[in-house]
Amino acid sequence: MAVSVDEAASTDPVRDHTPPARRLRGRGRGRSVLEVALLTVLAVVMLFPVLWMIETSIKENRDVYAVPAKFFDFKVTMGHFKDVFVAPGGGRSALSVAFLNSVVVAGVSTALATVLGVPAAWAYSRFAVKAKKDQLFFILSTRFMPPVVVVIPIFLMYRQVGLIDTKLGLILIYAAFNVPFTIWMMKGFVDEVPAEYEDAAMLDGYTRLQAFRRFTLPLLLPGIAATAVFALIFSWNEFVFAIFLTSSDSVRTAPPAIAGLIGGTTVDWGLVAAASVVFALPVLVFAYLVRKHLVAGVTLGAVRR
Amino acid sequence: MAGIEVTALHKRYPDGTVAVDHVDLSIGDGELFVMLGPSGCGKTTTLRAIAGLERQTTGDIRIGDTLVNDLPPAERDIAMVFQFYALYPHLRTRDNLAFPLRAEGLPKAEVRERVDEAARLMRLGPLLDRRPHRLSGGEQQRVALARALVRRPRAFLMDEPLTNLDAELRADMRTEIKHLQGELGTTMVYVTHDQVEAMSLGHRIAILNKGRVEQIGTPLEVYDRPASLFCAAFIGSPPMNLIEVEVADGKLRSQGGLVLPPPPSLPRDRRLVAGVRPEALEVTEPGAERSAPGRVVSAEWLGDEVIAVVDHGGRRDVRVRMPPTVRFAAGAPVGLRHTGGPPPVYDVSTEELVA
Repeated sequence: MAVSVDEAASTDPVRDHTPPARRLRGRGRGRSVLEVALLTVLAVVMLFPVLWMIETSIKENRDVYAVPAKFFDFKVTMGHFKDVFVAPGGGRSALSVAFLNSVVVAGVSTALATVLGVPAAWAYSRFAVKAKKDQLFFILSTRFMPPVVVVIPIFLMYRQVGLIDTKLGLILIYAAFNVPFTIWMMKGFVDEVPAEYEDAAMLDGYTRLQAFRRFTLPLLLPGIAATAVFALIFSWNEFVFAIFLTSSDSVRTAPPAIAGLIGGTTVDWGLVAAASVVFALPVLVFAYLVRKHLVAGVTLGAVRR
Repeated sequence: MAGIEVTALHKRYPDGTVAVDHVDLSIGDGELFVMLGPSGCGKTTTLRAIAGLERQTTGDIRIGDTLVNDLPPAERDIAMVFQFYALYPHLRTRDNLAFPLRAEGLPKAEVRERVDEAARLMRLGPLLDRRPHRLSGGEQQRVALARALVRRPRAFLMDEPLTNLDAELRADMRTEIKHLQGELGTTMVYVTHDQVEAMSLGHRIAILNKGRVEQIGTPLEVYDRPASLFCAAFIGSPPMNLIEVEVADGKLRSQGGLVLPPPPSLPRDRRLVAGVRPEALEVTEPGAERSAPGRVVSAEWLGDEVIAVVDHGGRRDVRVRMPPTVRFAAGAPVGLRHTGGPPPVYDVSTEELVA
């Protein structure tokens, strides 16, 4: 999946062949110096917490609390990373269970949203549906409300049907949030694939669904991959529903589990930092893989209609 | 091969738009039939209904003797060529051509033979191993045509196949399609909004407007006697001059004094408009015999002809097609004279041909 995304992105015909350095020089030296200075300041401000997190995760505890703070001369340890996965007495730690839960919940909810959303997007793109615009707006409107607003009603509903503190409950709510997103984003991608492929295939002896599967679907794969990654990142990062709807260690996902590490009498900052690094890594990797679609996906929606 | 009968076709989309109001067509076996009309007139929807890509709301479609209303596209034994060529992007030309045959389950040897034949007919030899993105627009359209040919269908449906090509290539392909259709003798329904294409290709032309057929006829019939004011304005470049006339002394007379020979059996009690082709008028010396006084407003020297726009006191300026040898200054007073036979005459209120 990841490979095909990268390939599709690199075949982008629009290329700027001017080297960036020359473009900068063309605008005058004074301005470029100012630009670089401002960008550097911005980068330091933005990246410092990340760097500090990574440093903290490999520092020993007494270096973490050292005053003045030690930037470079500390002893490197991998102990915190071991603590993330292994419980103090041996066996699996609660955090590692939470990570596994996150993988399951994010993976299954994304798969569900994709399986439901892609055919829906195809239908909205291809067929004359009654009140199509209103339907699409209604679908989008379910994303208007922030999760905090709906979490209480959802909580009450879930308690009635017994979905409180279950992975299935989280999977369903994340899928519900991702389906509108998938439909809207995929509709843009489906619109780009000419309907004539399917018409031609139907004349060649395929049914509508076969035509979709054999001709349109392969052309949609890069778009599906990008959309799925967005959905995955949303489910992976989601905090509000996770903390309200789950409580037991065996069900909890990583975000509330990591947050739960803070708040005791002493906080093991090394462990918090190491868990955060482990948590951030998959998102960074996926975001890097779909970086071009990230821009394309966002601007696509902005330009059309 | 087979003729196509379309009876009382009506197509209404779920959102309420009526794409085709009422269309009756009777297309003969082996005929090259053109559907012509502005965008949104229902011509493409009609074609897609014949193909089976749209289900009509009411009405019947017969291909040959078969009622095909409920048949899926694949079972109608037709081939379609699209405006956007719809070649499968991941297949080489050879496989694109073979694709519909393999879908039918023909034996390998026959597939190869038919692909080679179609490739020879459309001169695709050197392109057989390329993928669509390495073909030019014209080449892609030739492959698309070849893909329609290999099927040996009972009818070809063409949905504006030349619209995306540049002008020169379009003229070449037009000749090629006409030649091919003549050679194969297969029924072809051709949809276009380009009147030149329609005139040069069609055995017969159906002019559609707002989901209805305005006129069906040979290119010359359609050109000489448009059945309605819409057809009159749509066919011909520059279009017909529509001149308001009255019947007096057994002649048609315009407000500006232009005199036209009257067609037989004219109704007297209605407001009438005569359709006069630009080539049925001529610019003369002012005061020449049978001429009405006028003034040249502007003129376009096109090389092979001159289109003069003449104000003769009528409600609208008229366009006159003249040989390129005439010389007159813009703004000069001239005479305007009608030279042809009786023009078609329309009723202003019904917009239909009355004589």
